[in-house]
Amino acid sequence: MLRLEAQTRLGADFELDVRLEAPAARCLALAGPSGAGKSTALRIAAGLVRPDRGRVTCGEAVWLDTADRVNVPPERRRCGYLFQDYALFPHLRAWQNVAYALRELPRSERRPRAEALLERFGMSGLANAHPRTLSGGERQRVALARALARRPAALLLDEPLSALDARTRASAGRELAAVLSETGVPALLVTHDFTEAALLGDRVGIIDGGRIVQEGSAAELAAAPASAFVADFAGAVVLTGIARAGPDGLTHVALDGGGEVVSTESREGPVAVSIYPWEISLAPSGPPSAGSAQNHLRVEVLSITRIGNRARIGLSCPQPLTAEITGSSADKLGLIPGAGAVASFKAAATRLLDL
Amino acid sequence: MSGSRRFGALLVAALGAVLVFLIVPVVGVFVNVSPAELLSSLGEEGALDALRLSLETTAIALAIILVVGTPAAYLLATRSFRGRSLAVTLVELPLVLPPAVAGIALLAAVGPSGLLGGVVEGAGVELVFETAGVVVALTFVASPFYIRQAQAAFAAVDPTLLEASRTLGASEAETFARVAIPTARAGLYSGTALAWGRALGEFGATLVFAGSFQGTTQTAPLAIVERFGTDFTGALALSAVLVALSAALLLSVKLLSGSAAFGSGASA
Repeated sequence: MLRLEAQTRLGADFELDVRLEAPAARCLALAGPSGAGKSTALRIAAGLVRPDRGRVTCGEAVWLDTADRVNVPPERRRCGYLFQDYALFPHLRAWQNVAYALRELPRSERRPRAEALLERFGMSGLANAHPRTLSGGERQRVALARALARRPAALLLDEPLSALDARTRASAGRELAAVLSETGVPALLVTHDFTEAALLGDRVGIIDGGRIVQEGSAAELAAAPASAFVADFAGAVVLTGIARAGPDGLTHVALDGGGEVVSTESREGPVAVSIYPWEISLAPSGPPSAGSAQNHLRVEVLSITRIGNRARIGLSCPQPLTAEITGSSADKLGLIPGAGAVASFKAAATRLLDL
Repeated sequence: MSGSRRFGALLVAALGAVLVFLIVPVVGVFVNVSPAELLSSLGEEGALDALRLSLETTAIALAIILVVGTPAAYLLATRSFRGRSLAVTLVELPLVLPPAVAGIALLAAVGPSGLLGGVVEGAGVELVFETAGVVVALTFVASPFYIRQAQAAFAAVDPTLLEASRTLGASEAETFARVAIPTARAGLYSGTALAWGRALGEFGATLVFAGSFQGTTQTAPLAIVERFGTDFTGALALSAVLVALSAALLLSVKLLSGSAAFGSGASA
């Protein structure tokens, strides 16, 4: 378990004030706009920034306690830190970058161990390459191998996928998710992209203005946002399924757990369907009405959350789905938890991401 | 002729003028002295002494500058502290001092009746009219050239590389040695070349502070000036050797920093 509590002044009228916990083998994703203080939280955990007041513990180890004047330097906190741009040492080859973290091993064992780690990430042929000759995805794998080389007690990930192009993101994200569950250590991830947080985080904390304004599963946040900010930020809902090309020129996605969605984007195989709640309209159960929307999912209403004049409707299709409609429409439809409804949206409103 | 072509021609003409103006005197040194004369005047007593002394004193001064200046430049480049900009200005001060003034200043500071003269004497060190004094003068005038360049080189190192090193288990000192210095090395090399070039050519401060005694304080530039009045060929020959030395220095640094110029692959 990684626990972090910190208050620190970051600007004239901006204070970071966070309290968070990441249990072993779980990933807590902090998502928020840039300048929200999420990277600072990560740097406090690693010991790169000392907060005005705070306490950081990892398992039994106390890394920081400002009240007790404890501040373990970064090199003695066992953190695997994955930097946004990977921060590979440009003067060292790939294996030397990994071996840099293996100072506790006898010199003769470092190279074989570094090469074994690179091999695990499919980089065995590139152990001798210099970072500048590697692609974004390859750099990320070297950086990940390097971050894991010390057998860290916690993983800290700063926008791990944002430096990658769309094609590489899918495979890198899949690999990263596998690593997170394999290593069994707590992970703290920060990102400005809610979809990334939803895909990689077991829980998601939305951070704004230096504070965690809401924490929960991605589906919970989308379905029952605590504020207009969370509603707008935790926008995209993610459904998973298997895509195949249909005879109509559209992609048909058979959703895990039942139901089908059509999309204008073309993909094959396992995908995540991302859709914004405000693209989804709701109608009473019954035969779908005529209209341009191609997607009609039978859903059950789970929750209704009002934010000003809008209402977030948490749905089960049976994967969690969220619709955002006006408050007056919600009244007119007489939606109550347990009621059935039909959720409709256009094929063009969906985005498909490889899984 | 279009405006942009006329401007292009202007740029080429300007560079041509610069090159001619800078190169012709150097060429002049070599064409005015035949190889035979060059060799024979080098054989003359004093010339080899002066060259040897120049190489020794500049090498010692450079070693002192590198060992002390590198960590000092790192501190200036990577930390913000009260008085930092004052420190930066003080480091640059010797750059704008006329060399003779630097010599006078050194006399006033560590000369026999200077500010710290008693301390120096108490330590049993003699500087004035001694080889050690030459080293002090060279270090004083040349160190800002290195420190400025090194500071800029360290400031250009991506700070996340230093942070990454810490999270990978390296202490601050190890990070300095294994990440900061290697990634800044191109700038450190060129700072070394600048400082060495400045030290090799140093004249005024050395003359005022240490004097010009053959074998102990007469470096090559001092020997050249001494010959200038009586033996122009000898002065030319020594000058040719100094030019060759300086050019070799510049070239080897270019080669070194060329091989050190790696792309900043990690900072996409």
